[in-house]
Amino acid sequence: MSGPSKYQPSSAVGKWFHERLPIVAFAKDHALDFPTPKNLNYWWTFGGILAVMLVVQILTGIVLVMHYTPQTDLAFNSVEHIMRDVNYGWLLRYMHMNGASMFFVAVYIHMFRGMYFGSYKAPREVLWMIGVIIYLIMMATAFMGYVLPWGQMSFWGAKVITNLFSAIPFVGDFVTTWLWGGYSVDNPTLNRFFSLHYLLPFVLAAIVFLHIWALHVVGNNNPTGINVKGPQDTLPFHPYYTMKDGFAIVVFLIVYGLFVFYGPNYMGDAVNYVPANPLVTPAHIKPEWYYLPFYAILRAVPDKLLGVIAMFSSILILLALPWLDTSRVRSGTYRPIFKGFFWVFVVVCIGLGFIGSKPPEGSYVLWGRILAFYYFFHFIVILPLLGLLETPKPLPASISDDVLAKQK
Amino acid sequence: MSTAVHADVNRRDFLMIATGAVAGVGAALVAWPFISQMNPDASVLALASIEVDLAPIAEGQAVTVKWRGNPLIIRHRSKADIDTAKAVKVSDLIDSASRNANVKGNADATDDNRVVGGKEQYLVMLGVCTHLGCVPQGDQGDFGVVTGNSTTGGWLCPCHGSQYDTAGRVRKGPAPENLPVPPYVYLTDTKIRVG
Amino acid sequence: MKKFTMLLIAGLVSFTGASFAAENATPAKPISFSFEGPFGTFDKAQLQRGYKVYKEVCSNCHSMRLVAFRNLADHGGPGFTEEQVKALAATFTVKDGPDAEGNMFDRPGLASDRFPSPFPNEQAAAAANGGAAPPDLSLITKAREGWHGTFNQLWSNIGGPQYVYSLLTGYEEPSEEIKKETPEGKHYNPYFVSGHFISMPPPLADGQVTFDDGAPNKVDDMARDVSAFLAWTAEPKMEERKQLGFMVLIFLSVFAGLMYFVKKKIWRDAH
Repeated sequence: MSGPSKYQPSSAVGKWFHERLPIVAFAKDHALDFPTPKNLNYWWTFGGILAVMLVVQILTGIVLVMHYTPQTDLAFNSVEHIMRDVNYGWLLRYMHMNGASMFFVAVYIHMFRGMYFGSYKAPREVLWMIGVIIYLIMMATAFMGYVLPWGQMSFWGAKVITNLFSAIPFVGDFVTTWLWGGYSVDNPTLNRFFSLHYLLPFVLAAIVFLHIWALHVVGNNNPTGINVKGPQDTLPFHPYYTMKDGFAIVVFLIVYGLFVFYGPNYMGDAVNYVPANPLVTPAHIKPEWYYLPFYAILRAVPDKLLGVIAMFSSILILLALPWLDTSRVRSGTYRPIFKGFFWVFVVVCIGLGFIGSKPPEGSYVLWGRILAFYYFFHFIVILPLLGLLETPKPLPASISDDVLAKQK
Repeated sequence: MSTAVHADVNRRDFLMIATGAVAGVGAALVAWPFISQMNPDASVLALASIEVDLAPIAEGQAVTVKWRGNPLIIRHRSKADIDTAKAVKVSDLIDSASRNANVKGNADATDDNRVVGGKEQYLVMLGVCTHLGCVPQGDQGDFGVVTGNSTTGGWLCPCHGSQYDTAGRVRKGPAPENLPVPPYVYLTDTKIRVG
Repeated sequence: MKKFTMLLIAGLVSFTGASFAAENATPAKPISFSFEGPFGTFDKAQLQRGYKVYKEVCSNCHSMRLVAFRNLADHGGPGFTEEQVKALAATFTVKDGPDAEGNMFDRPGLASDRFPSPFPNEQAAAAANGGAAPPDLSLITKAREGWHGTFNQLWSNIGGPQYVYSLLTGYEEPSEEIKKETPEGKHYNPYFVSGHFISMPPPLADGQVTFDDGAPNKVDDMARDVSAFLAWTAEPKMEERKQLGFMVLIFLSVFAGLMYFVKKKIWRDAH
């Protein structure tokens, strides 16, 4: 995408260094000069917001580890020690706890944006698939982090989710015992989850680097979905998008701050302030809100193994999305029928989240099944057919034409 | 260039500088909780004082108790110890400052300034060598009260050979300072509170 | 695009913190406390009265192991003086040791001690209380929900203090039918979180605790005071959190405003 670097070292030392490690040129080309479509809207700022949230989670996490004890008798108390005794411990812990939720808020917006504007389509398939892998690792990281305070929901969440693996035919029991390091979720489990919870964010950071690399090979998609035709269609990333992203990041931080300071436990579960008790299951086990749609799909299938398969498939199907959508037009803006189905799909996902938060009783069971069925129906039937049947609206000639037309 | 353009450029510069300044201040303020969290927390600060009963310590004996994670040496000195310490001229000392948190100002390291008046028999100090922090061993070295083959009083640091006398003053390097006397008060005749 | 925005926001709000409509627990009585809302603070006199109720009534069976006596003098708490804290800590007996001979010994509490538990361990607590160990009260108002529903909890918090208040004032003489269902040694209380039958007998009686400030001491008053006190023990940094949050949000709003104008200036000549 970017041509040969425009970076010219001005000093002799700079030149000497550049010949040995062209990192300054690299940074300038990719963080400052990178040509970016001039029509990106605010939905495109969530990539930057996600990067900020990853940094916030890593920084607050590193300092929390300085005070946390991964031992079943002490873990709960050490978290409360952070909340009560450590200087600003309450702030760091609430930032980390709500940061996870805000991270998922941002990632869901980022993903739905990609789906609406067709950002997964050629040539961005690999970029999209790396994104799906990032999302999977995020889910694993958040799950293991939630276990660490060792409250009731930590414990029972860990037990239920690790028990998913017992559905694997023949080796299921061995796998769960191996995951636990014992016959139940216990101290060995807590220790390994702590170790992995600390490791995975750095793996995530490395894969985010790949994600950005892949992005910079093919360039950004944009709201029109049409290709960049020349320099008249782009702007350098800095200062145009650094400032636009910066503004969006600060606004996002305000929302984040509202939760941290005025509703720190709103997105959590009260039961997690009860220390873990392996002998008593809380009345309603439910995961954190960001897993609820998948939890609903799990429960929609009455068979244990098939339920687990359905749940994992619902995420893995995103890897196939670039080939399931057969339309040649990227952006939903020019696909009148797709647009309607996109919003139905968003509502279905939210509906699944709602069902996931409810006990599996009465009409919730039926609705859960209908919505879970529709979730797959959207990917497997609607998207492939739409691409063949739908007549897209005419596309603008170029990005700059579109921008000029909108300004009139 | 017209003045209108000038004004515009100035306004833009001001806006950029103001925004940059706010961002910088914000970053500095955000850094504070991350730095402050490494300071001693409320539970550590609350445990910072201890009470010690001196009555069980016989003359010529020393006890070591833990205070703020460090060994605190309390020695019930004999008359010989005190006399030996008093006989030393301040000008002969490596470190002539008293290093006593209970004595105001730059007092000399006389024996009187190392203990509480009227309680000269009790020497209370941190057992942390002022060189690199090892714990000096009691009743050793060349600066205690030597009778025949045995030494009483005096401390020798096993790590690098620093020696302290019967008032805990450094007499032989490499340690640069006398063993520090922590803040303490007598609650009763034989009970002190340290910290 | 507006549709996209609105739907997505509505969706995310409705789905964050979605809660169960609990099928059998009666929602807590919606009383209000001084510490609610973005600028709410604790009523120091009320916390001091609540402490007295805890000390004279609750502490006989319930531990509060996460709270230290020194916390009672902390900023944003009941506002006892350091001297008062030392005196009231000394009224508790704390097990310490081992001493030089290796024995554990009892001594009066110090400000740095945490509240001692009335029972040496959970088994002893359960054995002494008909098989149900009284829960630790340090976090009780954060560990219980007074009511359910996503928006309900967004606007009026999770209602932990209201739950405690409702439970303490919610003992009822059961109907004949319920009486038959009541297990041996249990008491009917429709607000109790798990079923309607609770092991704890009604703990408060009118006039049981005499307050130094002469405040009313009916069951209702004492229940309010101790609920407020337990809201503080669960979230002792609440006042600090709200104060810092106010400043942070003002700062971020100013910063966002500046960033908006910077972005606008830069983009003005982009097209």
